[in-house]
This record gives sequence, structure tokens and C-alpha cells, in this order.
Amino acid sequence: MNRLDVLRGTTPQKPHDARAIAALAANPGCTRRALMDGAGIDKDAAARHLGFPAPFGQSPFAITRGNVFEALVKADGCAELLRMLREVLGLPIAEVAYHDVENVGAHLRHAHTRALFDRAARDGLDAGTVYDHPLLSLEIAGHTAYLEPDVVAFQMGGRFHIVEIKSFAVIDGQADPAAVAAAARQAAVYVLALRRLLEELGHDPLRVAHDVVLVCPENFANRPVATLVDVRRQLAVLRRQLSRMTGLDGLVAELPDDLSFDLLPGEDGLPTRPAAELADALRRVTARYAPDCLSTCDLCFFCRDEARQEGASDLLGRQVRDELGGVASVAEALGLADGTRDPAEGQEEIARLLRNAERLRRECLA
Amino acid sequence: MSLLTSLARLRALDEGVAQPIATVRHCHLSARPMVFIPLKLSGEAAAPLAAMLGTDRAAPHLLVVTQPRNRDLRFAWAAELAGLLLPYIEGFLSGTETVERRGADPYERVLDAPQLVVPNPAGVAFTRLLGRSTRFRRPDGPYPVPEGVPVLGRWLTYFAERAAYPGSSLTLAATEELGRHWASGQSGLEDANLAALTGWITDGPSDEAEDPLIWPPAGPATDPGFDAEVLAPAIESGSAERVAEALRGQLEPTWRLMWRAIDLLGALPAGAGVASRWEQDRGSFSGMAAQLAEGAPPQARRDGAIAAASRLARMERAQAAYDVQRAYDDPLVMAEHRLTGEAFAGEVVETDADRVEGEGRSRKLRPLVVIKTDDPVRLAPGTALGTPQRREQGAELMSARDGLVTVKITKGMGRSKTPAPGSVPEVGERVCYTSLTDDFKGSPGLPEAEATPWTHGGPPPEYVPADEDAVEEWS
Repeated sequence: MNRLDVLRGTTPQKPHDARAIAALAANPGCTRRALMDGAGIDKDAAARHLGFPAPFGQSPFAITRGNVFEALVKADGCAELLRMLREVLGLPIAEVAYHDVENVGAHLRHAHTRALFDRAARDGLDAGTVYDHPLLSLEIAGHTAYLEPDVVAFQMGGRFHIVEIKSFAVIDGQADPAAVAAAARQAAVYVLALRRLLEELGHDPLRVAHDVVLVCPENFANRPVATLVDVRRQLAVLRRQLSRMTGLDGLVAELPDDLSFDLLPGEDGLPTRPAAELADALRRVTARYAPDCLSTCDLCFFCRDEARQEGASDLLGRQVRDELGGVASVAEALGLADGTRDPAEGQEEIARLLRNAERLRRECLA
Repeated sequence: MSLLTSLARLRALDEGVAQPIATVRHCHLSARPMVFIPLKLSGEAAAPLAAMLGTDRAAPHLLVVTQPRNRDLRFAWAAELAGLLLPYIEGFLSGTETVERRGADPYERVLDAPQLVVPNPAGVAFTRLLGRSTRFRRPDGPYPVPEGVPVLGRWLTYFAERAAYPGSSLTLAATEELGRHWASGQSGLEDANLAALTGWITDGPSDEAEDPLIWPPAGPATDPGFDAEVLAPAIESGSAERVAEALRGQLEPTWRLMWRAIDLLGALPAGAGVASRWEQDRGSFSGMAAQLAEGAPPQARRDGAIAAASRLARMERAQAAYDVQRAYDDPLVMAEHRLTGEAFAGEVVETDADRVEGEGRSRKLRPLVVIKTDDPVRLAPGTALGTPQRREQGAELMSARDGLVTVKITKGMGRSKTPAPGSVPEVGERVCYTSLTDDFKGSPGLPEAEATPWTHGGPPPEYVPADEDAVEEWS
């Protein structure tokens, strides 16, 4: 049995969605996260069970708004979407076909998507086609994750475009940069999945455009507007991260044999494993906490608590940590500043700076 | 962030209480600030949900959109907001002074200006969006909105823009200002939580600050749990009172925190440069009021090329001046420059006050001062220096070795043959010299907007108010 499956034990695997896959690249140095994601463990459930529930939640108003907007864009066979695609991609007006892949029933959707895309790529149809509800797949650390892009558009000239519908507003041509970046990372996952699909089918993967179509509401109204977003950079990051995930075997080999992240779910699906035991198991794998985790990782509060107990300077953010150049703990840094601790080899320069900084602070605050 | 601030953060973490990183206050604090805490509906770009505001901590005003999807209620809310903010703003326009200018007509400057205090940078961003969604409306024509709404939009836009202007105090974000004066033992990201940051400065850190049931978020985003379990059912019930009470409960803790933040800042003595920066704020505010009175069109959606370039240049100059002024006003800020070797402080050990250079008509007073310092000086001979102890003085570095720095004074000694009394430091005095100087930099030569070159899109179209703008959907 795969060692990652052993780590997960009886816990059912949590399938990755595009958002989760995109988040894998958020903190590549974190072994704890890489292993939990690789094994497919529900980090949210684990965090809750450990008594450190994640600080994320989505307002029902935001969910409703997102659904309403997507329905509006896709209404009447994607009529509104086609209007925009004609503008940004130059789709021919008359010859646009609409395929709803969902019509075939869930179990067949992936196979059906494959067949449709194979035909489109082989025939090189002149007609533009819009595929709604396609189902793609991507191999993540030996497991298949199924992904649902909002829409895939196939245009004359033989290029596929991923369409991503988001409900954050573009106001006077500008949107929240963080929201755009997140959307781009997510769209890159679909681009990669679609490219792998074409490759498997023996087509040129580069027929999937690296420009994705981002559809957002314009200004304060519900009227959608489409923009092309180049996701080449996100693609490169994602590829690197995924190849690292397949390299998890190396990490796994060094783990103690009895290590398990099993939540031991009971009949109701709730974890039954003693929380302290689970916490101990997690602590045997090093994490790399940074304050950015607070917005990306379900386990953030658990790892922050651990960093606090260790007195790690990571708590204060990457900038502080970088400035301290190699001094990992708060006590060590303060000891160097106070002169109560002798610098180790290679710490002479930072120790001199810290002592100087301490002298200046004392002088100014006296 | 400098190493000095990093050290303060480490110390704060170790001792469990925030550490000062400033010895004086670097922002102006109005005697009557307008505290403004807006809340928005989740998932929407700029749909107001509520606001708590006022100048009296004992009597906040609560404005609520009881059915957030109703456009008419939204404009009614904006009108109510205008009804509170505009009288406050306009109240400052009556008292003015005449300011003479060289090479330009004198102008009227208000004696005091309004000050908007919001909880955090997100509050500023939301203020900007509120301004954007209301300033193009019109009280007449086919899609009328209440009278004050477009005027409110222009003021909100102005206040939000001013918040980005370095050194301006017309709009303050509480977390930003607190963070400029204290280093907490948490990351900058966590400092954006007003409850957590004030906790570090006052009672010590507590996880309660992150519990939305104890300290609801300071807005403009609301807590998703509150949305799902309290707000949504209250809106569903159709009871305006229930919605208002729910939102009051979310806003009141932040209201108390805001005044606490103001008190914390108010307890610090004002830095020497604060008054002159506030004078610029008063001038800017007067200019905006004059434009409004003259019937100028609302601020453009986006700056044209020339306007953007000149705004950028203005902000860069303001930033440079603000950085230098803070260092001159505050030894703890100057210490950051001493740490990097751009400044040094120490005791005067030797002077040659009557030293002269040159002969006859070109004979000049050039006293020498030798300073003993522990600071690592990284300045080349010939570097021009200034000193916070004597702002009018000009000096030049002669040499620096073995903790002894020789400085030649070149300016600020009066007109007689010997230096004016007190203009040259005496042996035993503690002095500080720095290469930071607030030299006036002229603005770049930019063409008029009408002469924008084609490389930059050509002249921007003139703004003509259109019904389209006035009717823009707000959903």
C-alpha cells in the first residue's frame, strides 16, 4: 500500500478541488502541509478536532451573490458570455454552438468531456463552441482529482480558453489584486488539467491558451465584463509544486513507521482519535509557519500556537525573520541583543547589529 | 520595517506588551475628529450595510440599510450619511485666514479642518468606493437622488485620496497610526485587527481579539458567522428594528476601540513637524472646498496621464519630506538612520568656533566641531549634513575615524564675523548629525493636460456629466 494511504488510515480521502490545488503552492517549504495534502486528509476537520478551527468562512450573502452572477452569465445557453467572448476572443458571430456536458449525468461527465474535446481538437471545427460544466482530472500525488472549470470555450483557429466566472467587481478597470491573483492561480489549475488531457489524447497541449477569460461584474452593477488574464507565471509555479508533490515519497521514507494522521472517523464521520494523540503525530512532522498561513491554511492556528510555544521569530512575519538572518528564536535574538549570549559562528554580523539596535533603543527611550 | 522595529517586535513578544517605536506623535489629532466605521454587505463591491459615526464618543449615530438589496434604501442611507457628514465638514469653512503667496494670488485657508478616522485601510478603501458610487449622481434630471448625495460622494473621494498622501492627517486609519507608533509582538498581517493591536498596546495580547463573538471585525467586512446566523434571519424577518439592533451590536465594540485608539495617540506629545503638515492639510481642504463651490466636475474615474504623473510626483515629494521630518522630530526614528550609518549622535569633545577659510572678501566662517560617537558612521567626507538640534544649520563631514567625527559648519551662524551665540555647539553638548535633508525638490516639468503627447494617449476627454453616469446601477 502507498505510504501516503497508510498515513491517512481509515480517514476517507478528501478530494482536491482547484482552489485546494492552487493553495498547494502557497507555502512550498512546509512539510506538514505537503504530507497532509498529499495524503488527502481533511485539514479543516483535523484543525477543528484539534481545537484550532480555521478562521475561514463564507457569508451566505457572498455565496448567493456568486451563484446569482454565475447564473446570469450562463443564462439562455451562455448568451451573455458569448457576447463577451466575441469581443475579447473574436469568436465568429453566427457559428457558436453550446454544449452542456452536464446533460450526460455525473458518472459519465469526465469520459464525455474527453470525447468532446478529442473530437474538437481532431476535427479542428470552424465553429466556435462553448462547453458548460466540463469535468477535467489532474493527478495529484498519485491520486486523481476531478476539476470543474466554469466554462471552456473553443474558438476558430483551434484554441481552447478556460473561462473563470468570479463575482468580485471590476471598478473603472481595476479589481482587487488579491482576488485577481487567486482567480489566476485557480484558472491555471484548469489550464494545466486541460493541457494534460490533450497531451494524453495525442494533441498539442499548447492549443490550450495561457490567457484565461476572467468574467466579473463591472462597477457596481451586475453586468458582466470579460478580461484576458495571462497565467503563465502561475502555471510555472503550479507545475513545480506538483512535481515536488510526486517527490513526496522521499519525505515519506524518512517518517517513522508508526506515524499516522488517521482521524479515525466514527459512524457519524466525526473524528474519534484523541486530539492530543493527533497533535503529537502532527508535531513529529515539521511545519513552516508564516503569518500568511492565516489566510491560506486550515491548520494555521494550530501551527501558530506551536510557533508561540517554541518562541519562534516566524510569528512576526517573513520580513522580521529575514532581517534576523538565521536567528530562529526570539530568546536567541534578544540574548544576542542584550549581549547575554555569544554569537555562534556566522552570527557575528547580526549580533553586532542587534547589540547596536538595542543600545540605540535604550538611549532613545531612557 | 527596520531592524530597530524588528527588535521592538521581538521585545514585545517576549514581554507580552507592545513597545514604543516613536517618542512623539507624528499625526495631527483633531479636537473634534469624526469617527466613521462603515460596514458593507458581503459579496458586494460597495453595498453599504451600516455605519456608526460621530464626533461625540457618548453619542454615536447609527445608520442602517435594513434591506441591503433595496436600491432606494441605499440612497436614503447615503442621504442620511450626507446629513451628518456634510454639516460637520462645512462647519470648518467659516473661519479662514488669508495666506500670501510669492508669485501667486493670496488665498483663503481654513483655520481648522475636519478629520475622518476609520478603523483600518480597508475602511479607507470602502470610503473610496462609496465616494465612487455616489459622486456622479445628480439631484435633478431623470434619475434624481437626494440633494447631498453627490456632494457627499465628492468629499468621501477626497478623504480617501488624502489618506494615501504621506503625512496627511485629514483621514486616519486607526491600525495604521497605532502601528506607526507601537510595535506589537505579532505580525503586520495580524496588526490589521484593531482589537488585537489595541490589546497589545493596553491590556496585553489575548486570543479573544480574534473571536468574532467577543470582538466583531472592525469592518467593513462583517463576520461570516454573524451574516449566517444573525443578520440573514433578521433581514428575512422584515423587522427593521431587529436588523438595526444586530448591527449595533457588531459596531459598538469597535466604536469603543476607536476612541481608545484616539486616546492612546492623544497621550503622545505632537512632533514638531505635525503643525506644518496639518497646515498643508488645511490648505488642501480649502482648495477642495473652493473647487466644489466653483462647480468643478466630480473627480475623474481615473487620472489622465498628466494628472497621474503630477500626483505621483507630489506624493513622492511628500513621502520624502515626511520621512525626513519624522527623523528630525523623533530621536527613535533617527536611530534607524544611525543604525544604518546615515546619521550619528554623540558628545562634542572639541570645537574651533572662530575658524575661517579664505582671505579678504572670500573670507568665510567655517567652525570645526569634533564629536565622539559610538555609532557606525558610513558617510563619505564632503557629505552635506543637517542636525535636528539646529534646523537652520548647514554642515559638511570632514572626516570620521575611530569614533571621532569632524564636522565643518557652513551655514546658520549669523552675519557677523564671529558665530552668533549658540549657533556652534559647545564642548560637552550632545548633538546629532545626518545626511538626510529636506531639500526642496521642484516639481517635474509636465505639459498641460491639453498637450498630453500621443504616446500617453493624447489629451484626455473633458468630463461631461451624462445621464448614464447618474443612473449607473448600484446593485
